[in-house]
Amino acid sequence: MSPIAQTAPQPAATPPEVIRNFCIIAHIDHGKSTLADRMLQVTGVVGERQMRAQYLDRMDIERERGITIKSQAVRLPWGVTDPATGSDTAYVLNMIDTPGHVDFTYEVSRSLAACEGAVLVVDAAQGIEAQTLANLYLAMENDLTIIPVLNKIDLPAAQPDRYAEELAGLIGCDPEDVLLVSGKTGEGVPELLDRIVDEVPAPVGDADAPARAMIFDSVYDTYRGVVTYVRVVDGALRPRERIQMMSTRAVHELLEIGVISPEPVVSRGLGVGEVGYLITGVKDVRQSRVGDTVTSERHGATTSLGGYKDPRPMVFSGLYPIDGSDYPTLRDALDKLKLNDAALVYEPETSAALGFGFRVGFLGMLHLEIVRERLERESNLDLISTLPNVVYEVRMDDGKEIEVTNPSEFPGGRVASITEPVVRATILAPSDFIGTIMELCQSRRGTLRGMDYLSPERVEMRYTLPLAEIVFDFFDALKSRTKGYASLDYEPDGQQESDLVKVDILLQGDTVDAFSAVVHRDKAYAYGVMMVGKLRELIPRQQFEVPIQAAIGSRVIARETIRAIRKDVTAKCYGGDISRKRKLLEKQKEGKKRMKMVGTVEVPQEAFIAALSQDGGAAAEKAKK
Amino acid sequence: MPALPLGDPAPADGSLPPDALAQVGSRRFGVYVHVPFCRVRCGYCDFNTYTIPELGGHGAGVETYAEAALAEVALARRALEGAAVPAVSTVFVGGGTPTMLAPGDLVGVVDGVADAWGLQAGVEVTTEANPDTVTPQVAETLAAGGFTRVSLGMQSAVPHVLATLERTHDPANVAAAVAACRAVGLQVSLDLIYGTPGESLQDWRTSLETALALEPDHVSAYALTVEEGTKLASQVRRGTVPMPEDDDEADKYELADTMLAGAGYDWYEISNWARAADRQCRHNVAYWAGDDWWGIGPGAHSHVGGVRWWNVKHPAAYAARLGEGTSPAHGREVLTPGQRHDERVLLGVRLATGLPLDVVHPPGRRAVAAMIAEGLVDGAAAVRGRVVLTRQGRMLADTVVHRLLTEDVEPACP
Repeated sequence: MSPIAQTAPQPAATPPEVIRNFCIIAHIDHGKSTLADRMLQVTGVVGERQMRAQYLDRMDIERERGITIKSQAVRLPWGVTDPATGSDTAYVLNMIDTPGHVDFTYEVSRSLAACEGAVLVVDAAQGIEAQTLANLYLAMENDLTIIPVLNKIDLPAAQPDRYAEELAGLIGCDPEDVLLVSGKTGEGVPELLDRIVDEVPAPVGDADAPARAMIFDSVYDTYRGVVTYVRVVDGALRPRERIQMMSTRAVHELLEIGVISPEPVVSRGLGVGEVGYLITGVKDVRQSRVGDTVTSERHGATTSLGGYKDPRPMVFSGLYPIDGSDYPTLRDALDKLKLNDAALVYEPETSAALGFGFRVGFLGMLHLEIVRERLERESNLDLISTLPNVVYEVRMDDGKEIEVTNPSEFPGGRVASITEPVVRATILAPSDFIGTIMELCQSRRGTLRGMDYLSPERVEMRYTLPLAEIVFDFFDALKSRTKGYASLDYEPDGQQESDLVKVDILLQGDTVDAFSAVVHRDKAYAYGVMMVGKLRELIPRQQFEVPIQAAIGSRVIARETIRAIRKDVTAKCYGGDISRKRKLLEKQKEGKKRMKMVGTVEVPQEAFIAALSQDGGAAAEKAKK
Repeated sequence: MPALPLGDPAPADGSLPPDALAQVGSRRFGVYVHVPFCRVRCGYCDFNTYTIPELGGHGAGVETYAEAALAEVALARRALEGAAVPAVSTVFVGGGTPTMLAPGDLVGVVDGVADAWGLQAGVEVTTEANPDTVTPQVAETLAAGGFTRVSLGMQSAVPHVLATLERTHDPANVAAAVAACRAVGLQVSLDLIYGTPGESLQDWRTSLETALALEPDHVSAYALTVEEGTKLASQVRRGTVPMPEDDDEADKYELADTMLAGAGYDWYEISNWARAADRQCRHNVAYWAGDDWWGIGPGAHSHVGGVRWWNVKHPAAYAARLGEGTSPAHGREVLTPGQRHDERVLLGVRLATGLPLDVVHPPGRRAVAAMIAEGLVDGAAAVRGRVVLTRQGRMLADTVVHRLLTEDVEPACP
């Protein structure tokens, strides 16, 4: 049980028997990155001096938010002494990092498909969370060997006995089999590596068959172009050969091949069971898609490894620059981001209220937040995003079918049916909150599918919910009603027909397209009242009276009025007031540039932002009091 | 009290840029004297003023004020040496409560101004005064010392309104003060405040009627503004006093304008009415016309030839600077042509004489037609080439200014 880097097997010359491919499944803040840091140190691939916290999380945004968006694969040497013979064997452990969020379920499933084992990491003070549970199911479905670990045992609040029991109950092992480690102190980490060697099966593949490697990640690098991470299943990949992507038949030259340990190391190739990276010079991750199979152009494989899916956006939102002149910057920023994000789709869109922008499709709410944050941060943009919506399928009376990704394009006329996506949601929470959660899910049109006790104190509840109900602040509501204890996971579960209507918001008779929403008929009134109320607080008084209405078609369901302003003059303007007044005027002129005209009504950008933000309702309510 | 504006450092000798000096003489020249003392501070007031205990006896009190002010007059005279300074056309002593000073000291400062630059024939010399302090003797001293005008802080005739404002003067003394001034030939202006929390429309009518019964030469009526940092602002924030309402103030402005016009007082600036053109406050008109003036005293602001500056606020710091022979100016700004234009528009429209249309840039001129249609701008005056506000326009003067200063903004295109 020691690092033996000096005798470590070299890439392309490593027998599959000494390879162990594993991933770590953990909830966001359960300490996966810190544990990975310790593994890098214990195996000697990163020295004390080069070490930095969360070494593998490259992007700033990942490090700051403590989440891992993109997976990576690190090759770790590890020697094990046979107690019977006393002889050392050098092993190669490939740690494949997995994204931890529900938006990236597909990416997770591909990472899992590249492994034979999974280390299940659970915070010894918090127990398992719903998303971890979802990934654990995925791992078990992929027949991975699970090694249960309780992390953070150094914490005073740790309850290892209690949560070992819970884990054992879940995966059907003995509580004694649950390893206790501390990523912070390093305690238990060498034992964990030994367990991986011991329990995770070696990869199996046909070294003489045509090459087949599965892409489990694809990352755009400014200097190198797209870096593709693969797990070789059969055959071998060699430098300089021409490779083919089996889904698109596109052929690329293999400019560089290597492993990550934890910095890139060029190799003479990759053989059966090995994990590494490829560089082909392509500039767009769409040409190297997660889940695709890579083969050699000559004597290539005829059947792919299977499991490839096109990413499908689930949530749409309009993104608009606050300063209209930033539109080209936004376009360039999206084009750049797209190189690194195969799931990102967008097309130009014009809003009467917000100007020129893009309708952008996302995998889910986290994906939306991350994309928006990256656009703002990396390109220094200020953006407004419209309320997120799902994709509706509308069938008209004449049989025509329309896919709606923007509520303002919801068709008028005779609609035969509307279907919306639904999800299968899993909620884990202390059993005290069952009633509260049921109430919440009920109010969000949920149907209870089942409920199980993980332990006497913790319950798993399964619901079918319309996705649209989840994208609108469901998670926040769940967290606040359960004092932060509940966790949520969901996956797409098809479509359902629903009684949906489009609610328009009108300012002085003009529809404000950015505020149109598709909602269930029973909730249309509540949405209308909420929106007109918010806008009444947010839009400053104008020279004329401004009616604000919410309407379904031509039927008005809610109305407020902003009274005309009568006085805005500063009463006193003497010697010392003049500089003050002029400066105020200069500030207001700047503010004027941030005004959007809706018909003849001036609406400050801030009003749009506040009205479109999901906590704007609460803010408006507070302002009223 | 409001923070001083952000600006550039001002030169220690009080000197002005040659450009600004060269313009001196092309406009009228006035002097403002700020007296930063009050017996008590009123809850709504954010002016630069101090009560005696606040000053704490740092050698910068009421007794030594005149000396420091005269030192600044001397410094101003040196700074303007070589410029074509015209004889002073107006002097205005404001506060604070100028009548906290001995009347002789007030006269002494005016004499100092006269010695420095001379006074124009028909000079207007005004002091603000608390009605309680203007006795016949005080009035006589002022008149004899060259004062021509007294502006009395009446504020309201209604006791509960005065109480909310924390005004301590006896309402009955207003009439006595007016009589004392009139007896010695001083013009009288009454200052009123409307929109005080708890003031009804009827209360306001009572104040206006009471003021008009005294037949002043001039009336100023100001909407109560809740200024940051005042006791009133914290009362509003805590919810113990309601925020004045714009709509209520609009009603009261309309009432004031109707009653004053009915009694023969014409508006000549948004918050000012006079019984005849020669009863206007020429000193204040100079502010709106962009004329030059030197502001003497702690926290006083000045304007000469497109340069604005302001003095340190505390009387002790002020006296100390002058004691060292350095300028009490704390900061200044040299206005750009664009800023001067903005000021010209924002100040000019406040006046009944209005703003020449040709001062306004083309996009703003195009906006005038709509503002005539909306009843904000007087159409007949516009046809004659001036932007003059209607009553409705006066109440929405900020809107009008924005629209006059509008710039064509190109819409963004993909």
